[in-house]
Amino acid sequence: MSWISSNLWLIPVLPLLASAVLAVTKQPHRRFAAALAIGSMALACLLSWDAFLTTLHAPAHGGIWRDFHNFRWFQMGDQWLWLGWLLDPLTAVMLVMVSTVGLLIFIYSVGYMEQDANFTRFFCFLALFGSAMLGLVMANSLLLLFICWELVGLTSYLLIGFWYHKPSAAAAATKAFITTRIGDVCFFLGILWLYGQSGTLLFYDHGRGCLEATALTSMVTQTTISGMAISTAIGLLIFCGAVGKSGQVPLHVWLPDAMEGPTPVSALIHAATMVAAGVFLVARVFPLLNASSGGGAEVSGALTVVAWVGSITAVFAACIAVAQTDIKRILAYSTVSQLGYMMLALGVGGYAAGVFHLITHAFFKALLFLGAGSVIHGCHEEQDIRRMGGLRKYMPATFATYAIGMMALAGVPVFFSGFWSKDDILHSAFAWPVSKGPFFLGLIGAFLTAFYMTRQVCYVFYGDYRSAHGNKRQNKMPHESPAVMTTPLKILAAGAILLGLLGTPAWPWFQDFLTGQHATFRFGQLFEGEVLGLMLLSTLMVAGGIGLGWWLYGLKPATKAEAADPLERVQPAVFGLLREKFRVDEIYAATVIKGTFRLGEICSWFERTVCEGCIRVVTYVALGFSWLNRFADEYVVNLGFDTSCRNLRQSAGLLSSLQDGQVQNYLRVIGVAMAILVLLLVWGGGL
Amino acid sequence: MIPLKAYLVLSALLFGIGLAGALSRRNAIMVLIGIELMLNAANLNFIAFWRFHPGTEPLAGVMFVLFSIAIAAGEAAVGLALIIAIYRHYKTTNLDRMDSLKG
Repeated sequence: MSWISSNLWLIPVLPLLASAVLAVTKQPHRRFAAALAIGSMALACLLSWDAFLTTLHAPAHGGIWRDFHNFRWFQMGDQWLWLGWLLDPLTAVMLVMVSTVGLLIFIYSVGYMEQDANFTRFFCFLALFGSAMLGLVMANSLLLLFICWELVGLTSYLLIGFWYHKPSAAAAATKAFITTRIGDVCFFLGILWLYGQSGTLLFYDHGRGCLEATALTSMVTQTTISGMAISTAIGLLIFCGAVGKSGQVPLHVWLPDAMEGPTPVSALIHAATMVAAGVFLVARVFPLLNASSGGGAEVSGALTVVAWVGSITAVFAACIAVAQTDIKRILAYSTVSQLGYMMLALGVGGYAAGVFHLITHAFFKALLFLGAGSVIHGCHEEQDIRRMGGLRKYMPATFATYAIGMMALAGVPVFFSGFWSKDDILHSAFAWPVSKGPFFLGLIGAFLTAFYMTRQVCYVFYGDYRSAHGNKRQNKMPHESPAVMTTPLKILAAGAILLGLLGTPAWPWFQDFLTGQHATFRFGQLFEGEVLGLMLLSTLMVAGGIGLGWWLYGLKPATKAEAADPLERVQPAVFGLLREKFRVDEIYAATVIKGTFRLGEICSWFERTVCEGCIRVVTYVALGFSWLNRFADEYVVNLGFDTSCRNLRQSAGLLSSLQDGQVQNYLRVIGVAMAILVLLLVWGGGL
Repeated sequence: MIPLKAYLVLSALLFGIGLAGALSRRNAIMVLIGIELMLNAANLNFIAFWRFHPGTEPLAGVMFVLFSIAIAAGEAAVGLALIIAIYRHYKTTNLDRMDSLKG
């Protein structure tokens, strides 16, 4: 029981407080805003490293070490809803990754957003995102995880639409929000079902949690429609949420459009952390997905689905990336493809391989995005790679770091982290007993990844500068970015290289750390079984991809921005299909969206004719009754009374006119009356 | 000795003059003076009837009239005070303008 594990809540609360303060800070306080956001993130980062070291030194006997703190939130009927936080190796590495990458991107944003009028608002959203993401990875309750999950979705929406005056950004933000919502609805259904089955949403709770043996056994033995185990059904529903968030096919359409946001946002949210939340979720509920009636030997249905979705996504998105021309969109499709790899790894049971790839990918993809941001910044907000070129000469620091990121993503052997993590995934896929399909899809994906990254680098950094307004007299040539932007790039580049050393087959420290084993140095394992053969195979694929890319794009770099792509000349039809992203958006527009509109029209018609007609009939009936009522009231009940009242008022008016307030008139009446009295007395009384 | 009838005629004349004044004048003070005249006519009647009534008690009529005059003096004081208060309020003594008692 250490200090950090009982005070883990501080990590997300610090950026949350910073964001709350920034929400009420005025726009001109730019320095204060940046300092507060970065300071809170730096503190969270320190605490995360502390948590990581604590986990590292924890006694590793009897499986995975974990420490959790649960507390009651509120009462529902006679049941308490519990929340809690959890510290285990998975949480620890995610905390370190999110806070470190987040901190670097926060620093980078100071340079990137320097000219923006809404600097303070940007850092407010960033800090809120940091808080929600850190809360997500340390949640010990599916409910708390879902809350943070929706919060990161919200901040993603806010940041994609940060430049909301651009219609495309506003549309992209809405698209991202609605598309992920489709997955989240299923996710929420899964949560409710899980709560109904196990009566708790805590992951670990001294044997009572929903990921622990008791709950799992009961869920595995019960079956639902068509003989599916309940655990599989719930797992698939939860996986739907991950599909939405991590941009897996068929819900991947929002992620490339999300690149409308500022580039640091793309790096932080749509490459490194938030989209990896789906992978993290699958890793977190891995025991639930993995549970099957046949014990450990049998492959559960849920994981099979995960593996296939992941492998199809990996190849599908890589194909599209080949034909894109927007520097950020290429990276976005690459992200989708790499997320597919992670899902594939988790699906085939390579839990540690998937998480390892998640961490390495976060570093090199954040590096690539920040490099792309630096390129865009240097080329005066130009995003089309056909109008770049030759940037190697103008931006040496960006080029060097970008090249490292590119080689890590492509999986160039031995020195780069992407090679080791991708190889680990292929190794797991090869060992999958069900099918070799994901393995071959993974190999194709590796080839395509190397190819499109080479294409991009050739376009951007080689040849001559092809921009229309690129002439030296107008001082419009590309320029290197300031140090506040290149320093994070260098640190991330170091991470992209060094992280790979933690997970090589010879010393699989990372994988052992995650699965709770003691890491040992096993050099001989490099040469055991098919390890070396697979490495050679993937190296061949990568070399083929890079070689083909260099041959097509590097040897004779395009000289004009309008020149057709070499692939386009060979296969215009296929290339066009790829450039139009397999026309998935158009298919959705023609089916789902059109169907929704049609449904809306039908509903509107139904509403107008049927519902409104019913209401009108009821209204007329009520109106008739009220007419009748009014008639009875006026002519039956009130007639006599009203008449007498009216007469009474008239007579009172007559009488009241006698009392005109003139004293002398009163006196006259008295005088006349007395005279009459006297006359009466004189004549009548016989006085 | 002057007959009773002469007193009664004088009294009736006084009453008539008072009534005419009270009814015809617009000035509140004149109306008050008319009322005083009517009151004195009544007093004259009292004392005349007392004087000509056979077997009268000594002093009874005089006491009655003195009492009546004292009350009339009080009444005049109250009336004048009212008129002054009304004058302060309405800035007039014209009775036609004082009609806020109408229903």
